[in-house]
Amino acid sequence: MAKTADLDVAYVAKLARINLTEAETQLFQKQLGSVLEYVEKLRGVDVSQVEASAHAVPMFDVFREDEPRDWFTAKEALSNAPRQANNLFIVTKVIE
Amino acid sequence: MSYITTIGLEVHVQLKTRSKMFCACPVEFGAEPNSHTCPTCLGLPGALPVMNHEAVRMTVITGLMLGCDIAPTSKFDRKNYFYPDMPKNYQISQYDMPLCENGSVPLHDLAYPKDAQKTIATPDKEVHLVRIHLEEDVAKSFHFESSTGIDFNRAGTPLMEIVTQPAINSPEEAFAFLTSLKQLLIYGAVSDADMEKGQLRCDCNVSVRPEAQAELGAKIEIKNMNSISGVRRALAYEIQRQTGALERGEKLRQETRGWDDAIGETFLMRTKESAHDYRYFPDPDLVPVKSEMLLEEARARIPELPRAKRTRFVEQYQVSSYDADVLADDLELARYFETAANGAKKPKNVANWILNDLQSALSSASKTISDCPIPPEALDELVNLIESGKISGKQAKEVFAEMFASGKPATKIVKEKGIEQLSDTGEIEAFCDQAITANPKPAADFKAGNAASLNFLKGQVMKLSKGKANPQLAGEILERKLKG
Repeated sequence: MAKTADLDVAYVAKLARINLTEAETQLFQKQLGSVLEYVEKLRGVDVSQVEASAHAVPMFDVFREDEPRDWFTAKEALSNAPRQANNLFIVTKVIE
Repeated sequence: MSYITTIGLEVHVQLKTRSKMFCACPVEFGAEPNSHTCPTCLGLPGALPVMNHEAVRMTVITGLMLGCDIAPTSKFDRKNYFYPDMPKNYQISQYDMPLCENGSVPLHDLAYPKDAQKTIATPDKEVHLVRIHLEEDVAKSFHFESSTGIDFNRAGTPLMEIVTQPAINSPEEAFAFLTSLKQLLIYGAVSDADMEKGQLRCDCNVSVRPEAQAELGAKIEIKNMNSISGVRRALAYEIQRQTGALERGEKLRQETRGWDDAIGETFLMRTKESAHDYRYFPDPDLVPVKSEMLLEEARARIPELPRAKRTRFVEQYQVSSYDADVLADDLELARYFETAANGAKKPKNVANWILNDLQSALSSASKTISDCPIPPEALDELVNLIESGKISGKQAKEVFAEMFASGKPATKIVKEKGIEQLSDTGEIEAFCDQAITANPKPAADFKAGNAASLNFLKGQVMKLSKGKANPQLAGEILERKLKG
């Protein structure tokens, strides 16, 4: 679990594509820091007898069978697109 | 100085399911853009993913075929990044609990490039795997002059990622690995694995280091190869480039390069300034998978693998081990052979016809075994006509050519062309008597011990019968008559 000192709000904001002012960065550093501090309490609990789990409820194997069905038409799919052409969503040019 | 090359591959395989990984949109190549979409694969708020049972099964089938350990419990994670081909801003993938770990792919001799099959550095090599996991594919991007167009039909389709150990040592081994893997995927009916259609995609990590150096050289990743031979060419170029740089005393750095097949060079795409931070965490929308039930279903669907098929062909049909290798190399060819060999008295002869005449006819007509104009049963019939002496081997070639061109059955062609071989002893005897009477000198020569004279007389019998007499029978009868 992350220690409060490990929290770098500016880095997390960069990863999340959020622009923060210096004042905001300091404010959130403090606020999120105290949230993490609160969660730190879990470190005090004895979990040696508890099996690790990847999900909140002990449930497994929720599947659907491989049966296709149609949903959106291309026109419907594109109805929210700010820009479109030839049935494609058009975005700012990206080449990674 | 000599150098050591180390190659590791990351192979992405499109699974042959009918619907997507986490929603029921159809999987179809070449459909109208964005026509196979729904709230889930477009990442609309509130839409929830549900796992495709068949995709998970196919991954377990692949894991079993490659001798992997199947995890008792596996889970899906979110890989977070921003890119327009991924509308949720995360890709559902598997991080620390993949479905399969370990395992290997055996490299068979015939899987190497043809020009390298005689100089295999490590025969019977097995390339060990790190893992196989399941994830969703991203959308397809089309880059235009000043913008990018996105088609989400491919977004969310099931994609299996196979990661090898850095245990491949030459471009030829990489070629053999991909060829062997592709063959196994086709055998297991989990993917068509056509690289040109993007059903199998491969990223190569390659590094070169001086022999005396223990630690690996700078890892350079190559992308954008769209054929197995392209992978071989790209690796050969890159090894030469890296070796040249090291010899000039340059320092190589970790970077990603693209392959331009037309020019035959790799080019710099980006350097790795900061490692990606994907902030993986378990996807709370999906529950973990237990493999116990899946294993049972998957085991029932493991086919006979190429290695076992080769051995069985040798034992069951008495074909040579080389012929068995070639037949088992292509699943369609193996199926064709087995259907044809089923009714054959000498399956070995059927194999010869397939591997010589049929394959060369197919290749000169640019056809594959799947669109072969001669059905396997018809080829079997032709071989049986030769066996029973109805037509000669030479006549059979003629009949075969006609069968290939017209698709007509052998018996019909034989009747139409009137080329049935004469095996009626009475008629041949009459021709033999004629030949002996008309050629007293050669007949006398044979009686005097000149064995070659028999061939002359046999030729006369063939002439008299207009080529229809069974030459073997004619020879036997002549000999009996002259000696008697």
